[in-house]
Amino acid sequence: MDDLLREFVTETNESLDVVDVELVRFEREPGNATIINNVFRLVHTIKGTCGFLGLPRLEALAHAAEALMGRFRDGVPATTDAVTLILASIDRIKQILESLEQEQREPDGADDDLISGLTHMAAALDPKKSAQQPTAPQLTVGTLVEQVLERPLLPGEDSLDDLERAFRATPVDPPQRRAPSPLAEAAKDDAERNGNQSIRVTVDTLEKLMTMVSELVLTRNQLLEIGRRHEESEFKTPLQRLSNVTAELQEGVMKTRMQPIGNAWQKLPRIVRDLSQELGKHIDLEMQGAETELDRQVLDLIKDPLTHMLRNSADHGLETPEERRAAGKPERGRIRLSAWHEGGFIVIQIADDGRGLNTERIKAKVMTQGLATEAELDKLTEAQVHKFIFTPGFSTASEVTSISGRGVGMDVVRTNIDQIGGTIDVRSVPGVGVSFTVKIPLTLAIVSALIVESGGDRFAIPQLAVIELVRAHGGSEHRIERIKDTAVLRLRDKLLPVARLSRLLGIAPSDPEQAEQGFIVVTQVGAQTFGIVVDAVFHTEEIVVKPMSSKLRHIALFCGNTILGDGSVIMIIDPNGIAQALGSTATSQLQNAAAADIGAAEADEVTSLLLFRAGSSQPKAVPLSLVTRLEEVDARKIELSNGRYMIQYRGQLMPLVRMDSSVNVRSEGAQPLLVFSDGARSMALVVDEIVDIVEDRLDIEVAGGSDGLLGSAIVKGQATEIVDIGHFLPLAFEDWFRRKEQKAVARRRAVLLVDDSPFFRNMLAPVLQAAGFDVTTAGSGAEALAHVDGGATVDIVITDIEMPDMDGFALTQALRKHPRGAEVPVIGLSSIVSAEAIARGRAVGFHDYVAKFDRQGLIAALKEQSDFGQAA
Amino acid sequence: MSEQGTLREYVTAEIGGELIGMPILRVQDVFIPEGPTRVPLAPPEIAGVLNLRGRIVTLIDMRRRLGLAGTSEKTPLAIGVESRGESYGLLIDAIGEVLKLDEDAREGNPVNLDPRLARVSTGIHRLNDRLLMVIDVDRVLDIGTESIAA
Repeated sequence: MDDLLREFVTETNESLDVVDVELVRFEREPGNATIINNVFRLVHTIKGTCGFLGLPRLEALAHAAEALMGRFRDGVPATTDAVTLILASIDRIKQILESLEQEQREPDGADDDLISGLTHMAAALDPKKSAQQPTAPQLTVGTLVEQVLERPLLPGEDSLDDLERAFRATPVDPPQRRAPSPLAEAAKDDAERNGNQSIRVTVDTLEKLMTMVSELVLTRNQLLEIGRRHEESEFKTPLQRLSNVTAELQEGVMKTRMQPIGNAWQKLPRIVRDLSQELGKHIDLEMQGAETELDRQVLDLIKDPLTHMLRNSADHGLETPEERRAAGKPERGRIRLSAWHEGGFIVIQIADDGRGLNTERIKAKVMTQGLATEAELDKLTEAQVHKFIFTPGFSTASEVTSISGRGVGMDVVRTNIDQIGGTIDVRSVPGVGVSFTVKIPLTLAIVSALIVESGGDRFAIPQLAVIELVRAHGGSEHRIERIKDTAVLRLRDKLLPVARLSRLLGIAPSDPEQAEQGFIVVTQVGAQTFGIVVDAVFHTEEIVVKPMSSKLRHIALFCGNTILGDGSVIMIIDPNGIAQALGSTATSQLQNAAAADIGAAEADEVTSLLLFRAGSSQPKAVPLSLVTRLEEVDARKIELSNGRYMIQYRGQLMPLVRMDSSVNVRSEGAQPLLVFSDGARSMALVVDEIVDIVEDRLDIEVAGGSDGLLGSAIVKGQATEIVDIGHFLPLAFEDWFRRKEQKAVARRRAVLLVDDSPFFRNMLAPVLQAAGFDVTTAGSGAEALAHVDGGATVDIVITDIEMPDMDGFALTQALRKHPRGAEVPVIGLSSIVSAEAIARGRAVGFHDYVAKFDRQGLIAALKEQSDFGQAA
Repeated sequence: MSEQGTLREYVTAEIGGELIGMPILRVQDVFIPEGPTRVPLAPPEIAGVLNLRGRIVTLIDMRRRLGLAGTSEKTPLAIGVESRGESYGLLIDAIGEVLKLDEDAREGNPVNLDPRLARVSTGIHRLNDRLLMVIDVDRVLDIGTESIAA
């Protein structure tokens, strides 16, 4: 009985959906006999099946509806009232079916209201007889047997009832005998509708099949990966064949999951009809591309958003007939629903020919909700303003109607569409209409994804969200710039917010050498466009999306994981999650900025510091921008050569330097290292533990007493030793020499440090600060001159010699001609220390000449020059 | 034999110096976790995910989960378990033998047991030379909810 009942419910629901659509069509085309015949047949089938299954309530209702429809079939013109009544009856049948499905039996209650209405109307419309009405209501109160006996009394009945009675009267095992009938009838119906053979398969079976195919695709990918490594393999040909067969199988199985989008549209004509009644608007619904197919899982998910958008168009978009007449438009409003395939996506468009979006009202709403200020809005184009309708909690209807505008407007639609990895856009022309374009992937199970690397791990980014790839590096036209801590990319004269993936994920801090480099995956989510900076981009791969483990599902930045061809598992990035993360960092930055303003009037620049421990328990810190990489190496790989620790690192021998003798180089397990690189040279500092990365003001309060320390500073409320990397660089390489310690000068002098390498600027600035100078940095000669031009006090200039555009010599010459810079002592800084260079330096007016890594020498020279300055 | 209580079979394992036992029926397999992928932003108890014969397995760092000290020196092993259709690998130091133990001999957790152990242990068995902690697999896997409650 259970199976039979379930079958009945499924089938009847499907039939009723068709009846809905067909009836609405019939109302518009009253003369179309095919439609009404079709409807009549469906309802008749429902009625018949109810009789078999012993469902008196349903049967009575279906019967009454059928009787009225019989009138239409007889040629009586359909009235709106009659159609409304039949539709109401169908709704009631659906309600009954619903509880039937849940409780396995018909709910209690009666449908006298509808039945009497139906019979009344049927009688009124009956051109011949009108004496039948009194008997009809008895249908509902009668028992099953009585009803069957009553049947022949009614008009329009045929031999099927006799057949039913015959069945009923035969006391045999019910399910077996009864089962074939509805099924056979259903099969017949299907065959008639589709003109070909089909069978019913449960969704579960298909899902399982899909899972297996997914596994097969993965295994195939794995085999291909192995095949790629073995050029001359005899497996090559069969592998190719396997690959092709798998691809075909995948396609075939996907096809079984495909359903025409028309299935999601089925309920829409009915909705539009009801809406036009309710709103007093005349609405024509046009549907194009109903046969466009997409994955049933996706189909289920877009049903609700589509309905909502349609309601919106009918309620807000279209004008009343009077308004339309006044605007010189046809009285009947039109909503066009269309769908088509585009690449791996399906595009659905809902367009109306209504009044268009009211930009002013959206603006007003945006302001009252505090989403943007008037000034901000003024800068936006109309299209940008329109996109605000997708913001959560936004609804433009000034009055809340029962149809839409319940505060869950387009933002809910967008959330739903986001969930399935789709995008939505709106286009509006005042007075001409609005069109919403939704782009969604055909399937969720297998998607095309871009495989990228960030922080040493690989990740997949769904291709749908990716607009383009941009390669960024310092010198190119696309370069990453910073507004305070916010990274942005100049892309075709627009500023694009960018974020390093590794930073968002909290893995490996950004590499100072590559901070301005990398690949930018330009991504779009809804109206938001942003760049995800990754270290490398590999290729595009068809990946099988596997849901995240329930323990990891809370991580918003991932929407699943997948197994790559080489067998490794990688995470699939959720572009929506990234968009949110970007939004939240923006807010937290705002908060930070506000806090900083309150905290310190002369708020210094915040420096990112890497906190670690080495030797003593006191935390130590280095400016993060100086650290090239954080590494954890296998301690067994560390070699001792000539009394120094070395490790093979990226094909080179890298010296390991200890802070002091209290730091132990591990012999087992993982050894954390801080790698510092300058050009081709790298050295690593051996540390015990990397603690944290914090952002704080670097304010050295106590100058360092021992070698290798710039001094102590309060970092996050704790006294922290600031490590002087400049001290360790010469320890790693013999050509970096050092001189005896010098005392810091007493008076703070303004030093202008000019160097094109951010590494040196970052390294020297804290060194000089610790030595008691106020340091300003400039990245080029031109910048330095501008600084002097600006009227800043400069006591001493330290300049690198080798710089692009304007070198140190040229800068010095320019300074000498400058009215404010003629007397300023200049110290040249170079890695080339030759007699010739020194002579040239003296000629252009250098006061001193120091080798680049000679920190002590530089401070000595500075002290000398500033003393000289004071004396002069 | 018949006068004894119910015998239960446990798969035993070493982790951070402790001997733990899990009901044998919960254990699917024991495998060497090869090439796990770390999951950024994951709870600390999650050691990563890996592909085991086409299934994605979530690795649980039992040392962290049980609040035990030290780091593994040997290649870790993983005990494969399933829960609600998902696969997990519990990282352990070494796998021990399968023991048949009398259910009546199992004692409750000592009141002073570390709460991190107590929340996953369902009792203690006294073996000849050491103690065996019986682990409830579902409680071990109950990771997300705890932190919310805490």
